[in-house]
Amino acid sequence: MTGRLLAIAYNTFREAVRDRVLYNLILFAMLMVGASLLVGQISLEINRIVLINLGLTAISLFGIVIAILIGIGLVSKEIEKKTLYTVLAARPVRRWEFIAGKFAGLVMTLTVNALLMSVGFFAAVLYVSHGLGRVDLPLLTAIYFILLEFVLITALALLFSTFSTPIFSSIFAFAIFAVGTFSEDLRGFAQMATGMTRWVMSGAAYLVPNFAALNVISRVAHDAPVEPRLILLNTLYVVVYTGAVLTASVWIFERRNLK
Amino acid sequence: MIAIEIQGLEKSYKTGFFRNKLKQGLKPLTLTVTEGEVFGYLGPNGAGKTTTLKLLLGLVFPSGGSAKILGRDLGDIDVKRQIGFLPEQPYFYDHLTPLELLDYYARLSGVEPRDRKRQIEKSLSRVGLTDSGKTQLRKFSKGMLQRVGIAQAIVHDPKLVLLDEPMSGLDPVGRREVRDLVQELNEEGKTIFFSTHILSDAETLCDRVAVLNKGELKGVGVVADLLREVSGDVEVVWSGAQAIPVLSALGARCHATGDVVRAVLPERLLDTAVDALRRNQGRLTSVTPVRATLEDYFLARIGDENPKVVNA
Amino acid sequence: MSRDLRIQSCYALLLTALLAASTVLVRQIDRARADEPLQEVLYIPSPKVVQRMSLGYSGLIADIYWTRVVQYFGTKHKAQAKQYLLLEPLLEMTTTLDPQLLPAYEFGSVFLAQKPPEGAGSPQGAARLVEKGIRENPASWRLYYDLGYIYWLELKDPAKAADAFERGSHVAGAHPWMRVMAAALTAHAGETETATYMWTNILNSTEDANLRTNAVNRLRCLRVDSEVKILQERTERYAKEAGRPPANWAEMISSGWLRRTPTDPKNNPYLLVNGRVQVSRPELFPFITRGLPADRAATDLPGAGGYAQTKAE
Repeated sequence: MTGRLLAIAYNTFREAVRDRVLYNLILFAMLMVGASLLVGQISLEINRIVLINLGLTAISLFGIVIAILIGIGLVSKEIEKKTLYTVLAARPVRRWEFIAGKFAGLVMTLTVNALLMSVGFFAAVLYVSHGLGRVDLPLLTAIYFILLEFVLITALALLFSTFSTPIFSSIFAFAIFAVGTFSEDLRGFAQMATGMTRWVMSGAAYLVPNFAALNVISRVAHDAPVEPRLILLNTLYVVVYTGAVLTASVWIFERRNLK
Repeated sequence: MIAIEIQGLEKSYKTGFFRNKLKQGLKPLTLTVTEGEVFGYLGPNGAGKTTTLKLLLGLVFPSGGSAKILGRDLGDIDVKRQIGFLPEQPYFYDHLTPLELLDYYARLSGVEPRDRKRQIEKSLSRVGLTDSGKTQLRKFSKGMLQRVGIAQAIVHDPKLVLLDEPMSGLDPVGRREVRDLVQELNEEGKTIFFSTHILSDAETLCDRVAVLNKGELKGVGVVADLLREVSGDVEVVWSGAQAIPVLSALGARCHATGDVVRAVLPERLLDTAVDALRRNQGRLTSVTPVRATLEDYFLARIGDENPKVVNA
Repeated sequence: MSRDLRIQSCYALLLTALLAASTVLVRQIDRARADEPLQEVLYIPSPKVVQRMSLGYSGLIADIYWTRVVQYFGTKHKAQAKQYLLLEPLLEMTTTLDPQLLPAYEFGSVFLAQKPPEGAGSPQGAARLVEKGIRENPASWRLYYDLGYIYWLELKDPAKAADAFERGSHVAGAHPWMRVMAAALTAHAGETETATYMWTNILNSTEDANLRTNAVNRLRCLRVDSEVKILQERTERYAKEAGRPPANWAEMISSGWLRRTPTDPKNNPYLLVNGRVQVSRPELFPFITRGLPADRAATDLPGAGGYAQTKAE
């Protein structure tokens, strides 16, 4: 079981790498070099803040775009190209193993990508603030939260990929990411309603992925620490929510006729 | 021992915009494939051959009926260690080389690590791709991909090999090679089940065939028996054009070239025809049975409403 | 089939359980984040940037920001907060994204103007916000009205308040007594002529009996104000020449400074107390700012009481 799952994960990772996904790192490196040279010119007060905001936002956005663009094809592309036939048809591979392997492979890709970007990011921070210390620890938390973001969005893209075409999947995935970013406000809207509407809206608002709490970039830019409680809760949330999304994906995929 | 046992297996799809039309992709099918034989599954495009294979392999779920492969039920996934499958017009992860691809598939099929390298190299050499083992698949021609497809179907040394249109898209040399390979695999004791619409391939390779049209089984049997059933004509050649009217009256189709006449007529009329020739001073040159092809049988069966099963 | 049903229900159950657990966690996360001490320094980019980044969908974003304003104010208010640091930037953001969002100006200015813990205690901020609202929505008379009150009651600037009411009164559909307010406040500001002019205008242009009575009353008071002013000036000039303040009106009449004993519009004589001009019956003139008895003349600006009186008329 694990052997097959890992083989599928590794193959997914290898495919992404060979499809030159990691080329985005070059863009990121250029961005970091440019930014660290430029902010030095602007202002002594906020150059660090600007660099942190820019760097972490880039790590997050690059990853999310990659997660969606690859994620939406994880299953549908294999069906379309019929590569799935040689994997699922005549091999002792369970369908859930396939889903889990694909998911793990893309998360692996995104993690490696983000870690490489983080190295560049810390190098830029080091260059700008002439040293790294305890004060930079919240940055690690922010990067950890970004990785949690990737896990969520990958699961969602994969879910759409099990029943929809890539174009629709990408629209769904980007939309749900945008909605999830405003999930707190949705809950706020729901609170303003009354009666049945309030119940229905609150229910919907709580089911939307809660991306809002995963973005602490602007806080850590101000060197504010993130409470351990939030780290724990966010981790638990991502594990549980991802579990739900993957369950739904497997459920759909198990029932699907692969014509 | 039975390799594949199909009992009333059927599949219908909902089609139309509102999914309100029911289309029968496969009408209830009952079929048995014995271990060790080469079984041909024949039918024109769209007859339901691929649907049958997908049902057997769990890619689509049957609307009714059941099937057993190597004695195990359809939902039993572990039996797939013993099955090799070549899809029609196979595509592969084209970022991989054949060696990487076969390694991936060998892992998925649960080939023991110590056997893996040997098995991969063996299957590559069998399809004649040893030299291209490290070229990315995106650089492969269609024929080469077909070979890779066969290699992946046998990389885990399965007992049962299912091939969907293995000859399509190959040049004559390639087809010959695949034919030889199928025979070789069969001699090793593997059961081969292959679908095709190219009848000459089936005729030379198969022990038994089944004919399918429009989702319905039209006939099953040993090739030789099937042919005997459709044939039964003889070709009679003689000199002496004066005998033509008499033989035409018997129902023979006559073609005269100068004084030499060729006529094709049912075997049962041969004695009457020869007698008639003697009486009309015809000089008999030769009598040859007309060799029926699978094509004749195929065309005959496809037009027929009732399936004919010849058990032998 | 029953095996299939069992599998399906297993999936459904698992999915429901996981989603329920995630909802509980979201609630926990929201609570944890509400406690964050640093929310007050949350980095807020410039509204213009947000507007550009909203890719033209700024209306929706503005609505979102408006709910944030309400939530922010609500939670702060509940907690009896002394400071509402984010309120003004949030409102600025909201109104830049959607300049036509009138509730944001109307309620936002109330949130801003009131003293803590009722509000942010920033009437200047409130005035700025409503001024911006007026620039963007010059046809909305309620904004002038709000601005007038902020200047009058919170900033104690009747001149600017009067200006706001006056400008608003010209907007089509404006409530009639916007003009009343403008005139009243001009009077209080000491610009008596302007006030007289406006009250006369109102008197001539309205059929409403209440309004007319009020206008007459006002005009009377304005006359008192101006007469007291003139009398006081004369009295003081007389005192300069004579070297002492006059004891009574007769003294000034005999020296040719006055022709007769001055009387107020109700025909009661003005009083002269220690060189100070007063009305004899101040209760007849509720809106005067001059000529009040020395003990009642301490304030020269009307407070909230004056507003209540005006409204009652």
